[in-house]
Amino acid sequence: MLRCERLRKSFGGVLALDDVTLQFPLAGLVAIIGPNGAGKTTLFHVLSGFLRPDAGRCFLGQRDITGCPPYWVAGLGLGRTFQDLRLISQMTVMDNVLVARPRQRGEKLITSLLPFTFAAEEQTNRSIAMDYLKYVGLAGKASDAAADLSYGEQKLLSIACCLATEAQALLLDEPIAGVHPEIANRILHLLIDLRTRGKLIIFIEHDLQAVVEGSELAVAMDHGRVVAQGEPKEVIARREIMEAYVG
Amino acid sequence: MEYLVHILVLVSLYTTLTFSLDLIAGHCGLLSLAQAAFYGIGAYTSAIVALAFGVPFPGALAAAAGVAVLMSMAVSTPSVYLHDDYFAIVSFCFQMIVFSVLNNWLEVTRGPLGISGIPQPVIFGRPVGQLEFLALAAGLAVVSYLVVTRLTKGPFGRVLHAMREDDVFSQSLGKNTFYFKTVAFAVSAALAAAAGSMYAHYISYIDPSNFTVTESILILSMVIIGGAGSRLGPLLGAVTLVLIPELLRFAGFPPSIAGNLRQMTYGALLILILVVRPRGLLGSYGFEAK
Repeated sequence: MLRCERLRKSFGGVLALDDVTLQFPLAGLVAIIGPNGAGKTTLFHVLSGFLRPDAGRCFLGQRDITGCPPYWVAGLGLGRTFQDLRLISQMTVMDNVLVARPRQRGEKLITSLLPFTFAAEEQTNRSIAMDYLKYVGLAGKASDAAADLSYGEQKLLSIACCLATEAQALLLDEPIAGVHPEIANRILHLLIDLRTRGKLIIFIEHDLQAVVEGSELAVAMDHGRVVAQGEPKEVIARREIMEAYVG
Repeated sequence: MEYLVHILVLVSLYTTLTFSLDLIAGHCGLLSLAQAAFYGIGAYTSAIVALAFGVPFPGALAAAAGVAVLMSMAVSTPSVYLHDDYFAIVSFCFQMIVFSVLNNWLEVTRGPLGISGIPQPVIFGRPVGQLEFLALAAGLAVVSYLVVTRLTKGPFGRVLHAMREDDVFSQSLGKNTFYFKTVAFAVSAALAAAAGSMYAHYISYIDPSNFTVTESILILSMVIIGGAGSRLGPLLGAVTLVLIPELLRFAGFPPSIAGNLRQMTYGALLILILVVRPRGLLGSYGFEAK
């Protein structure tokens, strides 16, 4: 179970996270909403190990993961995507997903010099990678370069990569922003399906309709603080009232 | 004939050096100016160990590779924190420091005087002849080709190529980029040091001027001309940059200006190659700023 306690992070004079305490469910869809600069992506960076908080702690189950390097946190089952859509554009779609596969024997120095030690594992990984590609609907583009995909398809690919790490919890930073409505719909249904498979999906989103439709828990942030959390409809209503008063 | 064999020995040694640099420059995208430093560390370690302790050639070569692997951490560790131009500067600093040590640590390296009398390799009780040495050097070149190709074709190479383009994304997928860079540098340094050890026992005299930043730039040029990150690019680059200057000796330039004309022609040919094939003769990876 993922949780954080009293997280605090500033950049120079800017307080990006201010005493953030959150407890996420074991599985389900959680939406993080808030205006730009609210600290949502900073929260993701701290949870996934890319930033060290100035104060506070993060826990994955019983483990204290505060300040652990990102690759370590990913290895523990917490995957993420990025707001600025990171992929290996020079590699094929299939290779992008293959890189994500964990615990590959062929990635160690000695075994990598002896192909017969990892040939079978590689075959298995290829077939698993193809399954993930089929799941997100990109099977037909497996041999295309990632750069040749449309923006929406690239977002689907980044989700496939995240899933291929066998992550139990996924932090998706704006998974449907800027994407063609048809693919946005596809992504939303994917997330809902992943929830039924027992995954925890925490996503940052500006499209409030999608938030209401998809998630069972919403967290509203502003100026680095959690200003509301609970049922999406209630949280959105409360936020709108606050915005009306505060402006 | 002896001259031809000598050229082929040089081609073999430079092929090894170029493959070793291509592993980190081509496949990891880390432009390093320190390859001659590892070449020199290998040559000097091998020479000192052979002369001071009477270690036979295979042991001296192993010691050379071992020392280079340890010292490679001085370059691989900064590479995790620094990228592109900043890393190139750090590698340049390492190169200059190594040269400075070789040139000034008189008690151990004899500084500018160099080390002479390095014993030839002895196999089956007799010293190795020139042709046999060519077989050894060519064998090392083949080993370096196999090692680099095997490493870069499989999952290990896949992670290197991913890190080359996006280190942050690779980490988010659970890849310990520090491990991969450390291993890649260690292998690169070991191969370069092995070439250095061979060079020392072949020429039997070494001094610091063989291992300057100019030499590093030459090896880097071979990587780029041949095609960084390509399978046979390093071989082609080494062959091209060793052979062109030698072939130009027979170009029939008037003796009084032959030296200068050769250099100008050499430079012009390099520029021509890069204009026509900016990513090198066989290359697919470019070092363009991202």
